[in-house]
Amino acid sequence: MYSKTRLAKWYMQFDDDEKQKLIEEVHAVVTVRDAKHTNFVEFRNFKIIYRRYAGLYFCICVDVTDNNLAYLEGIHNFVEVLNEYFHNVCELDLVFNFYKVYTVVDEMFLAGEIRETSQTKVLKQLLMLQSLE
Amino acid sequence: MPAVSKGDGMRGLAVFISDIRNCKSKEAEIKRINKELANIRSKFKGDKALDGYSKKKYVCKLLFIFLLGHDIDFGHMEAVNLLSSNKYTEKQIGYLFISVLVNSNSELIRLINNAIKNDLASRNPTFMCLALHCIANVGSREMAEAFAGEIPRILVAGDTMDSVKQSAALCLLRLYKTSPDLVLMGEWTSRVVHLLNDQHMGVVTAAISLITCLSQKNPEEFKTCVSLAVSRLSRIVSSASTDLQDYTYYFVPAPWLSCKLLRLLQCYPPPEDGAVKGRLVECLETILNKAQEPPKSKKVQHSNAKNAILFEAISLIIHYDSEPNLLVRACNQLGQFLQHRETNLRYLALESMCTLASSEFSHEAVKTHIETVISALKTERDVSVRQRAADLLYAMCDRSNAKQIVAEMLSYLETADYSIREEMVLKVAILAEKYAVDYSWYVDTILNLIRIAGDYVSEEVWYRVIQIVINRDDVQGYAAKTVFEALQAPACHENMVKVGGYILGEFGNLIAGDPRSSPLIQFNLLHSKFHLCSVPTRALLLSAYIKFINLFPETKSTIQEVLRSDSQIRNSDVELQQRAVEYLKLSSIASTDVLATVLEEMPPFPERESSILAKLKKKKGPGAVSTELEEGKRDGGELNGGAERGVDAAAAIASNASTPSPSADLLGLRSAPPVGSAAPSASSLLVDVFSEAGPTAPSGVMDDNFLRFVCKNNGVLFENQLLQIGIKSEYRQNLGRMYLFYGNKTSVQFVSFSTSVSCPGELQSELNIQAKQVEPQVEGGAQVQQVINIECLADFLEAPLLNIKFRYGGALQNITLKLPVTINKFFQPTEMSSQDFFQRWKQLNLPQQEAQKIFKAKNAMDSEVLKAKLLGLGTALLENVDPNPENFVCAGVIQTKAQQVGCLLRLEPNAQAQMYRLTLRSSKDTVSRRLCELLSEQF
Repeated sequence: MYSKTRLAKWYMQFDDDEKQKLIEEVHAVVTVRDAKHTNFVEFRNFKIIYRRYAGLYFCICVDVTDNNLAYLEGIHNFVEVLNEYFHNVCELDLVFNFYKVYTVVDEMFLAGEIRETSQTKVLKQLLMLQSLE
Repeated sequence: MPAVSKGDGMRGLAVFISDIRNCKSKEAEIKRINKELANIRSKFKGDKALDGYSKKKYVCKLLFIFLLGHDIDFGHMEAVNLLSSNKYTEKQIGYLFISVLVNSNSELIRLINNAIKNDLASRNPTFMCLALHCIANVGSREMAEAFAGEIPRILVAGDTMDSVKQSAALCLLRLYKTSPDLVLMGEWTSRVVHLLNDQHMGVVTAAISLITCLSQKNPEEFKTCVSLAVSRLSRIVSSASTDLQDYTYYFVPAPWLSCKLLRLLQCYPPPEDGAVKGRLVECLETILNKAQEPPKSKKVQHSNAKNAILFEAISLIIHYDSEPNLLVRACNQLGQFLQHRETNLRYLALESMCTLASSEFSHEAVKTHIETVISALKTERDVSVRQRAADLLYAMCDRSNAKQIVAEMLSYLETADYSIREEMVLKVAILAEKYAVDYSWYVDTILNLIRIAGDYVSEEVWYRVIQIVINRDDVQGYAAKTVFEALQAPACHENMVKVGGYILGEFGNLIAGDPRSSPLIQFNLLHSKFHLCSVPTRALLLSAYIKFINLFPETKSTIQEVLRSDSQIRNSDVELQQRAVEYLKLSSIASTDVLATVLEEMPPFPERESSILAKLKKKKGPGAVSTELEEGKRDGGELNGGAERGVDAAAAIASNASTPSPSADLLGLRSAPPVGSAAPSASSLLVDVFSEAGPTAPSGVMDDNFLRFVCKNNGVLFENQLLQIGIKSEYRQNLGRMYLFYGNKTSVQFVSFSTSVSCPGELQSELNIQAKQVEPQVEGGAQVQQVINIECLADFLEAPLLNIKFRYGGALQNITLKLPVTINKFFQPTEMSSQDFFQRWKQLNLPQQEAQKIFKAKNAMDSEVLKAKLLGLGTALLENVDPNPENFVCAGVIQTKAQQVGCLLRLEPNAQAQMYRLTLRSSKDTVSRRLCELLSEQF
């Protein structure tokens, strides 16, 4: 299967080779699961919470004691913001505007924690930034 | 290309991305990238100064190329230049490039930090946030050094914008995680805690992550957060679904903040203040009530958000474990989820119920769901859900339902996924042992286990059944009958043959009265499996055969014939050949009495922690089975009632053995692996089951360095990529003091650092060890010291175990080492004349007082080195005593609280053969043996 990582964000130190290995492993464990499966999968000493939107997987790797459903909805909240920001987001938007997606991530998640959850507030901030030169 | 038209500016970038996407092959892509790299390089090197826009565009292209997986070795300077632009879009690309391609170039770090410093001081919230995000994303120590002092000030300053506070809080969290030593909250603590009261929910959401992390480390300093968190939670929980506007998500008010508040409370015990506690209990009840209300939306987002809070609330209820009413309500709620159509909910309910099962208040309530859980085990499509169901069945198992649960697990095993079979087998074995009321059920269960999942039955499991059968004489006859029947199957698993061979070899006589299982029939049955078995099993069978000769003299000629056949006596496998030869000889020359003594029934095994449990614990990680462990010990003791009769099996084997090593183990279980391919794991497992004279080590203990400390007191005991442990020790008489130095080799703090020293088994009564506590944190690069006081009460064989646990970057590290405390440490050197030496030597003339070993030199035979080692051993090195000047003799007295044990030693090097002969004599046989064993590894 052909697959590409559109964006990866790291909150722990890894070297480039390790990052590549992790990406491949995550891909391997997540893409084999079907829709009837849970949105959670154990991964090394952590767990991955993921959600699939069309052909695109959004995955987040957290401590095993973290709240599964909170992160699952954290992903959806993020996707709704992207959708609003890019007016019906599609994968290509993420490719061409990768540098903006990083900004969206930082507005909503920082240091591996949830920073802001209000879609209104995030979008207002993003539009303000958009208006700057 | 929809995005191109949408893109604001940087048309060149969009065109380049399109070009890359249109490349038909990897080669074409590389060609296009190289062309672009050449272009950018020439632009950067060109005479003409680039404007900010071009610089931004090219840096962004470089970043894109890097993200495609290509190396980028230039452009860093241009990116740093962008940081000082006063245009947001240019600054943003600069920061992004820096965050993604961190470079340790010190010159650049200085420039980057300078730019960050300017932006933090700019009072422009957008620029401040960019700078803070960069620090949070990079999180390097250099940045912590430069900014850890400044950020708390920004966080609590009255005039800081909300969005900057959010970024500052999490930026500080990142720095605290990388360099906790540099983040000093001191004076800011109270103001940071009060961010929980901030009117901006986003600020609370961000700050609470910081507060939770700090509370975990310094609960006392931050404990005022409890009442603030409760009142904040209470306001959210009691608000209507629309009150919180921006922070309402699918009709659920502030779900993420609620979860974080509930999580913060889990860092603390229940509030002491009655009013606060009352308010909190009210919140928890409200959350449970809401779960019963009809949903305000059919969207999964609504129910997920609501249930995220519910599960976090249940975690808190379980954490408190003090409100029976709430615990039972939680259990009932989870019970409903067990049959929910959402797989996620069923999974989480099973997982959460597992922890509820261990609370005395809810254990019974959990048990009422047994049928549902069993059906989940049988019908769930997702293996991870079935796994949780198996975990829960294991957790809810007690005497009342053990038979049902074990039966269900066994039947599930027939079709279970390969990935979880081994663990299931261990669980069944543990439950069967723990709750065995009648041992025939236990034996049936384990034999079924072997029948159904023989490949997954590890050695621990079948060793254990043998241990138990040997220790319980009331089950031996039944076991013999049952294995005999099981072996009738035309194809039975090799593990069944092993158990069968062992048990019939020991107890076949108990069923020999029945003509259907006469001695010869038993033998023929076993032997019919022989040719299909692997070498270790054949070795075991040969031992069973020789045991048969003792049990049933009438089988002697048949068995001797088998042993004499070329396929045995000339077997190409050395072990098998040796056994055949020796057993044949033994059976031919030894009198019946001798045979009966040598081949006596195995004595009971000393009781110890179940090796199966140890294995499960290892699989599951520490802590996972801790409660079961304790119970297991208790119940195990009960099960193996023979513990107090405990004759040391090894001692029996050693004194019975009349032939040298390989056949010394008459049971074939300790069959030496072929020379040169010794499997360390296998042998440590064996040690675990059979308490040989050597130190017993639960599997997983690292003891590589243990032997290096026999003749020295200081050095590095252990080292891996994270941790180094150094040791310094001194001994006087029967007392010792050891200093352990734990060095953190990383730049990251170790948290939850804890160490414990334990004395396994009998050692408890032989050594008295007191270890001072260590601080729960070890800073990056730092070293902490721990003092351990040791008192030797009686002579001992085993080594104390040092267990170290800590978290590094979130992952739990768990290391167990043997602490190098050996009997020779308590030596007092004794000088004596040649005459005295030989007189005492002669006095110690009983065979068991002497231990001797002849072994090959591992190191150069340098007499100075040998002397140093012997002195290091703690004895006096006696000059001019042995008539042969090449030999060494030593004398010393081992000081224990109970008694003194005089020891004499003689080491005879043979330089030509590169061999040594080591002889030890002492008034105590165990001491001679132990010293001989330790010392023979030193030269």
